[in-house]
This record gives sequence, structure tokens and C-alpha cells, in this order.
Amino acid sequence: MTEQSPSGTGAVLVVGGGISGLTAALEAAEVGNDVFLVEKNPYMGGRVAQLNQYFPKLCPPSCGLEINFKRVKSNRKIRMYTMTQVKSIKGAAGSYEVSCETAPRYVNNNCTGCGACADACPDERVDDFNFGMGKTKAIYRPHEMSFPMKYVLDKGACSGDTLRIIKDACKYDAIDTEMQPKTFTLNVAAIVWATGWNPYDPTKMTNLKYSESDAIITNMQMERLAAPNGPTNGQILRPGDNKEPKSFAFVQCAGSRDENHLEYCSYICCMASMKQITYIRERYPEAPIYVFYIDLRTPGKYEKFREKLMADKNTHFIKGKVADIIPEGDGVTVVAENAVTGDKVKQKVDLCVLATGMEPAIKAQAASLGLEVDSNGFVVSNADKGMISAGCANKAADVVTSAQSATAAALKAIQAAK
Amino acid sequence: MDKKYGAYICTGCGIGEALDVDALVSAASGQGMQPKTHEAFCGAAGRQVIEADIANDGVNTVIVCACSPRVMQDQFNFGDDKITIRGNIREQAAWCREQPSDSKSEDTIKEYYTEVAQDYIRMACVQAKKTDMPEPFKLETMNKRILVMGGGIAGLTAAKEAAKAGYEVTVVEKSGALGGKALGWTKQFPTKAPYSELVAPTIGALVAEVEGNAKITVKKTTEVARIGGAPGNFSATFKAAGAKSEWDAPAKVGVDEQDRIAKGQMEDPNAGLKNYMEENPDAEKYGAVVLATGWVPADVSAFEHLGYGANSKVVTNAEFEKMVKEGKLAGIKSVAFVQSPGGEEHDMDFPYCNSVTSMVALKQAKYVREASSDAKAYILYQHMRTPGNMEMFYKGIQQDDGIFLTKASVTKVEAAGNGCVVHAKDTLLGEDLELDVDLVVLAAGMEPTTKHEATINLAYRQGPAFLDLDLFDGYSDSHFICFPYETRRTGIYTCGGVRKAMNMEETIDDATGAALKAIQAMECADRGVAVHPRSGDQTYPEFFFQRCTQCKRCTEECPFGALDDDEKGTPKPNPTRCRRCGTCMGACPERIIGFKNYTIDMIGSMIKAIEVPDDDEDKLRILALVCENDAYPALDMAAMRKHSLNALVRFIPVRCLGSVNMAWIKDALSSGMDGAILLGCKYGDDYQCHFVKGSEIANKRMDNIGETLGSLGLEPERCAMEQIAITDYDKVPTIINDFVEKIVGLGPNPFKGF
Repeated sequence: MTEQSPSGTGAVLVVGGGISGLTAALEAAEVGNDVFLVEKNPYMGGRVAQLNQYFPKLCPPSCGLEINFKRVKSNRKIRMYTMTQVKSIKGAAGSYEVSCETAPRYVNNNCTGCGACADACPDERVDDFNFGMGKTKAIYRPHEMSFPMKYVLDKGACSGDTLRIIKDACKYDAIDTEMQPKTFTLNVAAIVWATGWNPYDPTKMTNLKYSESDAIITNMQMERLAAPNGPTNGQILRPGDNKEPKSFAFVQCAGSRDENHLEYCSYICCMASMKQITYIRERYPEAPIYVFYIDLRTPGKYEKFREKLMADKNTHFIKGKVADIIPEGDGVTVVAENAVTGDKVKQKVDLCVLATGMEPAIKAQAASLGLEVDSNGFVVSNADKGMISAGCANKAADVVTSAQSATAAALKAIQAAK
Repeated sequence: MDKKYGAYICTGCGIGEALDVDALVSAASGQGMQPKTHEAFCGAAGRQVIEADIANDGVNTVIVCACSPRVMQDQFNFGDDKITIRGNIREQAAWCREQPSDSKSEDTIKEYYTEVAQDYIRMACVQAKKTDMPEPFKLETMNKRILVMGGGIAGLTAAKEAAKAGYEVTVVEKSGALGGKALGWTKQFPTKAPYSELVAPTIGALVAEVEGNAKITVKKTTEVARIGGAPGNFSATFKAAGAKSEWDAPAKVGVDEQDRIAKGQMEDPNAGLKNYMEENPDAEKYGAVVLATGWVPADVSAFEHLGYGANSKVVTNAEFEKMVKEGKLAGIKSVAFVQSPGGEEHDMDFPYCNSVTSMVALKQAKYVREASSDAKAYILYQHMRTPGNMEMFYKGIQQDDGIFLTKASVTKVEAAGNGCVVHAKDTLLGEDLELDVDLVVLAAGMEPTTKHEATINLAYRQGPAFLDLDLFDGYSDSHFICFPYETRRTGIYTCGGVRKAMNMEETIDDATGAALKAIQAMECADRGVAVHPRSGDQTYPEFFFQRCTQCKRCTEECPFGALDDDEKGTPKPNPTRCRRCGTCMGACPERIIGFKNYTIDMIGSMIKAIEVPDDDEDKLRILALVCENDAYPALDMAAMRKHSLNALVRFIPVRCLGSVNMAWIKDALSSGMDGAILLGCKYGDDYQCHFVKGSEIANKRMDNIGETLGSLGLEPERCAMEQIAITDYDKVPTIINDFVEKIVGLGPNPFKGF
């Protein structure tokens, strides 16, 4: 099956439906171009859908996503495909043939989102949207605000009679357990790579002992703990024992600015931790917080935000890279050297947050797609070839910068499609 | 259009079990409809029922009472020549029921929520009757040329990129040459791996490309006197740089000031200038504007301990760059770069820095080293700010033995001999520092031109400058994280140094994006549709001027300055500036402003369609007008999370709380409803309203209506407003219950039944 753009003129393919991909797709479509938008997850929104709030405004990302989803729904220039990945690319700028594959959702368009299947489903699966904290039913919506509002089935998580039970529970004949992967070809003039980022694997920093203690979490896990639709309904509790932590540590540059891991700075982690300090303060007004950092990269308008937090007498900023984290019976001890005083610091806390950085999500697949990437796996834009990268596929960036970059990418794609 | 109605009540997704379907049908019948029911109108069989009515009976106005209007848009889209109205009886009736308890039986709950759904069905029917098919607004003449103000990297990039997409561009540059600040650079930051070497300036090539581009007109030593008009039809008057013109943009004159000027109590600040509404026949026409007037170096003389101004050996980074360019580094063997002015007091960078100054210091340290192999550079920072890939540049610099980098609190710079002594504490060396250097360079920030002047020079009723500049210390930046190009002046986008201190790479991205937005604004104006956030909306406010009393509320309150006015104060709409929030409609005391599918009469009639029992004290009725972007989804989500929503409340989504006309509140209370609450976005400095001012304005109006109610003998507490974020789904049921309890405490509306 081959999909042409409805108007027959050069269409744009946007790969990735996070904030960058949505922005690139919408900005191009609202100029008047035809856009195909493919997303590998069963829902749109990408990483920002997992965030509780944006810095420095502390506003919920779902607010902007709701507007963007509304723009997608009302714009017939955009065709959207979830659970879909690019498999191969042929051709050249102006006339690419892109082969895509849609994984089976096992739920068809009859789904009304009523949830009767999930209510009836006896099996559960690990909740990957919540980074393994908590479970969902084997047939699930990734999160309450997920768009499209359709269920998805994790067939591998089903045992015994489950498939029959959930099929019986659905009044609308929406569950198709025999659904097969579907391949199709898109003819497009230009491709915007908005494939985003993955959190750097915290187990790779062996000295930080991520896998050895429930009291060590990543900053993305902290986002889910603080989110009202997260595994704890917005309470910040220690995974494992659900204890209210009485003290916290932030380990900055967990993997970033480190030639053994990520040589670049991941751009967002300082502000992300500042933001997460406000999450903690809202729930635990007096709890001591220790931030171990190399530099606080809160430039420009973020300085005011930082100033407010630094005025808090129970929040302590220590310039020093963390050397070791020692798991204890109840919590962990963070070990670092204060770079200014030269003192060795050993700080026991109940919950330790690793400010892990970002790694380009396309890194492993880039070569097989013939994409030009830099030494760290970020996609290098080549406008002449109609291959444009946007947001964190291009470089580590925050949401504002990603949206700017995606808007710029939309224009470069339009130029290539002319 | 002659409307032929078809009403459809879905019984699927639990609606049929949770509610009394016969009663739902009778609610629609009471509105003159003959509704059909089906257990899934969204499915193929259900849709076929509707499509058959369209084909066989000529139904063109479809009333679907089923799930929330937020879902199933495709399924209930029957084409551009059909109207679809949605009644939300799933999320906001069937799915949000209370659990049966000792005090409330299943039957009672079913009765209450059936009444909720009946009201939503009645409202949907009334809405269908009152709505009209939109007709897009078309400008008489449409211009698709872009005006770029500023000929630095940002402006030149915007021009080049827009031209490459096929659009004509005019670049206006105040000075005699294109290139801006970049003309003074000796070298640039690296932009590619391995990020180790500085790069020869590229500005020359960019200038040549723009000057040689047939689609781009360049006007040097020229300034914009004023810009009037609207997207698709801006009218720009140019003048020689620095000259005065009778066409200079008039200062803002508020309603009160106008009065005082008329009475001779105040001098007219615009004396000698053409009225803001006057059309200059010699002006040039543009479709959109990109503001890229950049930045000016910040003054650092206020930091007396650093000696700038008094000590000739203390210079700014901009001055140092000039020295290098002019080859004046001879004899300078040691330079200290001071990044933070706070000494021991605070560790912030100089104001208006962003991360650019950290990188500039690294670059300039390299200049020092390249000029002389035995020269030394000292970079004294509190926080080295090299985000993203710039970290690799920083790492490369650290390899140079002649560049010393340390965290330090610089407490004093003193003149000494031919140079200076820099005193610093809290260093990484474990001791206080005293550095003897030939020169000290301060990392002065980049102040946006919009901090100092109106810059954009609009001839608008609301004044010549961007609004809310103070929120960002003068930067003309967007207040929305997800929507970085938003301004309150439609069709005008900012990029580069006017909105943030940024490096060249960032500026190029930013300017390319701004060019896209400018193109998009023109194309949307050409199609007659709105831009963000109601992208694609074909409706626009229409005015019934015969009844206008020139109260000027709409012109004052429009968050986007869409309305100008004439001498008498009669508003002059500019539909292509309009974002369709309806704040003007909410403002109008004469109720003469409305959209094809959204009018004061429509919502008023929907409110009156709510059945208010006049003899049942358990069945009070409370109106909730709800922001459709955030609070309304939060209500849907509350239902999905199996919270109950109070059965005494009727929710009506509105475009923005700014569009809420107080007539609706009066309609509700005069028809016997017992209270009214507005649910909208957070306001204040961290506002979340997509239309910037809507919720804030609504809150003020509600304060005022409280007084009106008081004079009628009704308690002002019957009206309230609450700020709800989209993620407040777990809180909103309680917020509503608390309000209902307060109303129950006040007792029924004494006007009930009159």
C-alpha cells in the first residue's frame, strides 16, 4: 500500500510524535503542507507526556499537548500513525519512498475507550510509562490523557483465558487478537527526524548503584512520582517501601559531562532538578535537600528561579561531583568531595535522585536508515538532502529550544518540498 | 443555511445502564427533535444511521449526544457542509455518577444524573438551533511580503529562509551596513564536532547571499516609523534612521488620558503626529513582520567594586572583541575574565547574560593565547555555562595550560601600575586569589532593544510596543513553554537577541522558525482562518454597530490588540489580528459582538434550556462556565478516574473565560439557578491562559458582578471563579462540591419561580 499526499504535492514526513514532532508537523500543516506523522508509541506526546511540570513556569505539559492534539484533530493536512516505525528509505530529496511498519495494537478503531476490557482483564504488565513503578492491566491505555484515546493490548502479558475474557468484555468488537503488523510506503519530499531522547541508562554508572537500592531513582522517575496521574497519584514516596522520605539528594551530571558516558552537557538536568526541588517543597516543606553539582547551569531568566530556591535554608548546594553512593538499610549515603573547601562529604538521605541526561533515541537505528549522525548519535541536519533533524534528535535541548528547532525544521522541510 | 436537524442519543459505554434512556429521548423531543438511539453511534453501524439520514432526509445539522467533544471528532465529522453539535452525556453524566450510599439509592442517583444528561441534551439542541455555518473572513487585498526589522544574523537568516521558501522579503537596517554585531567578531564559536577550534566568521557570506537575492529588498540607514494594519495587510512607513517623522508611531493614550487631553488638562503626547488610524498613502504593504532588532551591550558601571568606567584597564567583553578586531592586543600578556559581579553576596552572572557570556569568555581567552604564546588568560566564574555540545568546546579549552579556569567570587578589582589586581575568594585552589593582570574583561550582558524603545512601532489602539515586556525584563519573549513564538501581536514574530541572549547557532534556528511563523500567519490570513491557538477556526467576531455605545471595553480588553477605533470610539475590527478567544464578546455590555457559532444569545439560550425545578430544595441548579482548553478536559479526566461530579452542576464549555459575558450569569440567576462558577486557567505572572488575559479579565468581571448581585438582594457569594489546571482532575470534584455546599448553605435563589 502506498500513501500519496492528498494534494499530490510534496509532502513532509515527521518521524516522532513528541513535542518536537508534533510542533514540526503542525507548523508545516498550518502553512498548508501535507504531513505524515509517525510515532512508535501507542500514544502521542513523547517524553513531555511523562513530565509533571515544565520549568520555570511550573505549568503542566498536558495543557500544551491538549492544544496540540486539538490542532491535529482539526487539521486534515495531517495523517497520524501510532505504533509505527520507519523501516527503510529509498530515493532522494523531493521524492523519498519511506517504508513504514505499524505494530499490531490488537485493538481496532471500534474502540470507544470505555474501559470494560481493562476492568475485566485479570492479567497485569509492568507499567513502562511509569518507568516500571507500578502496573497496568494487560490491556491498557498508556495514561489517562493518552491520544488517541484507544486501548492497546500487550499480548505477551496475557495468560490462559485472558484473551477470550477481554474479547467477551468488549461490546464493540474492538479487540482483534489476530491483528498483524502492517507495512506501507509513504511518498514524501522531505523528512523531519524528531525522534527525541531516552534517559541515559543509570545502571551504566556503576559507582551510583542505581540497581542496588530502591532509594535511588532517576529524575524521570521523580517526574512520574510527582505527577497526579503517576503511580502514587502525585505523592513522592520511596519505591519499594512507599515510605515518605525525610531527606533528599540530587546527583547532577549523572552520566553527562563525563567522557566515559556522555561527553556533552544534557542541557536540562540542572533546571529539572531545580523544578523537582519545588515538587519536594510542596509536599515536604522542611525536608533537607542536598544538591551535588559541578556547575549550576541555570542561565538567563532561570537565574531568578534558582535564586528563590537557594534562599531556602534547608536546601544545600554542594559543588562537587559524586564519587560513590552507598546503599544503606534505610536510604543511601552519598559520597562527594566539596570542590571549594576540599572536605569529603558523606550525606545520608532517604531518597536520592540521579539527574540522568539524554541520549538520542535514534542512535542505534541511525546507521541502518542511512542517517548522518555525529559521534554522539545526534542526527545531523542536511537540508539539501531534505533530511532535517529537530529537537533532541538534533542535540540536547529543553522544550522551548526543541519547539523553536522544530518550527525551523518545518520551514526547511517546506523548502525541500517546494 | 436552512437547517435540517438529526438528533442522536448514544446508549453505549454504559450510558444506557447508568441513565434513563426514555427520559433522555423525551428531553430531545421536548426541543422538537425526534432522536434516534444506538449503542455505538461512533461505530460503522451507528454512523450509517446518521449518514442515511443525511442522504435520505437531508439532515445537515447533526446533534450527537454521546461522549465528550474531545474524542471521536473524526467519527462525527460529516463534511464541511454539515454542522455537528456534541452533547457530553458520557464523561459528564454517565461516567461521573456518585456511588450509591445509605443516603442515596441507586434510583435516586440515576434520577439525578439522568436530569444532568437531559439538560446537556436540551442544551445541545438549543445550540444546534442557534449556531450558524462559519464563513471565513477574506481581506480585500492580500499581501504576502515579509518585513524583517534588523539586518543582523537573526534578520538576515529570517529573510534568507523566507525567500528560499518563495516569499518576497524587505530587510530594514538602521545602520549603513548589513551584518549587525557579528561584523565586529574576529572568530565564531565552533558548531560542529570536535568543537575544538574557533571558526572564521560567516557573516560576510550571509550578507552577500542576502544582498544578491532577487527576492530580498534591503533598505539600509532606514527605520520603521510605524506599522499599521493587520496580518495580510500591514502598512509600514519608513524613514531615514534617526530622523523624526509625522508618521512616527503614536504613544498609547488611554481612555482617561483621552478625556483629559480633550479637556485641555493634559498635553497630547502625540501632538504633531498623524493619528494612529490615518493611512499613509506612501506606506508599503506587508503580510507579516519579523522583529530582529537585536541587543545592545549592558552597562556594567553600577558594579563599582569592579571599577568599570573609573579604571581604563577594565573593559567589557564587547569592547574587548573590538580591541581584538582592531589588533590592539599588543603588550597584553595577561587578561582576567570576570563572569559574575556578585562577589561574596551572590553567584549569579551579570544581568542579561544567558549562557552566551560563558562561551564568549572561552573564545576571548583563546584570542589572548593565539595573540601571544606566553600570554595567560584567567576565567573567573561562579558557574561555567556551556550547555549541550558547547561542553566539548569548554573541555577543549581546559586542555590549554595558558588558560586558568576557576570558580571564584571576585570581590574587588584595583588599578595597579599598568594593569589591575583582581581579588577573589572561594576558589577551587583552596585559597584566596590576588591576580596581577594587564586587563580585566567583564562579561556584560546583552540587553534587548525592546527594553529601551517601542522598537516595533505599531500604530495600534493599545500602543506602539509589545505588552508584558516587564515579565521578561524587557525581552520580547513568549510566555508559553510549548509555544515559543507566541506574541500578543498577531502576525509579528520576534527572534534573536530581542527575546533572549543567544549564540549564533541558536539565533539561526530561532530566526528560521520566526520566518515559518510569518509565512504561516500570511497563509492563514489568506485562507481566512485563525492562527494559534484556535488554528484553522473560520469564525471571527462580528459587530452590530448600530447598538454600539462606544464604551471602548472591547478595544481595551482584547489581549491581542485586534481592535482599533475611530474618533468617537467605535471599534474598528481587524479580523486577521484576532485569535477568536471572544474576550470582546465577553466585554460587551450591549451584547452586540458574536461569532457565527458562538454568540451571547446561543450560550444564554443554552443556560435557559436548563430545567430548574422551582419547588424542590434538594435540586438546586448551579451553572459552571468552563474553559474548554484546560478545565473542561480536567472534568472529563476526573470522570475517567471514576470521581463523581456533583449532579446539581451543569458545565458549559467556553472558548476562554474571557468570552464569558456577565449577561449569562444574570440569565442563570434570573431563571432561578442558585449559583454560578467559572472554572478557568491560572492568572498572574505565571499565567496559563492560552489567550493570555482571559481568565484574569473574567475574574475582575466576576468581582464586579458580585456588587451588582448585592444590589439585587442576592448574595455575592453565589458567584465565584476558580483557577483550574488541566491536571487538577483529582481536585476539581472537591472544588465544585465545596462551592455547591456554600450555595446549599445560602439556600435556594429567592427569585426561583418568578
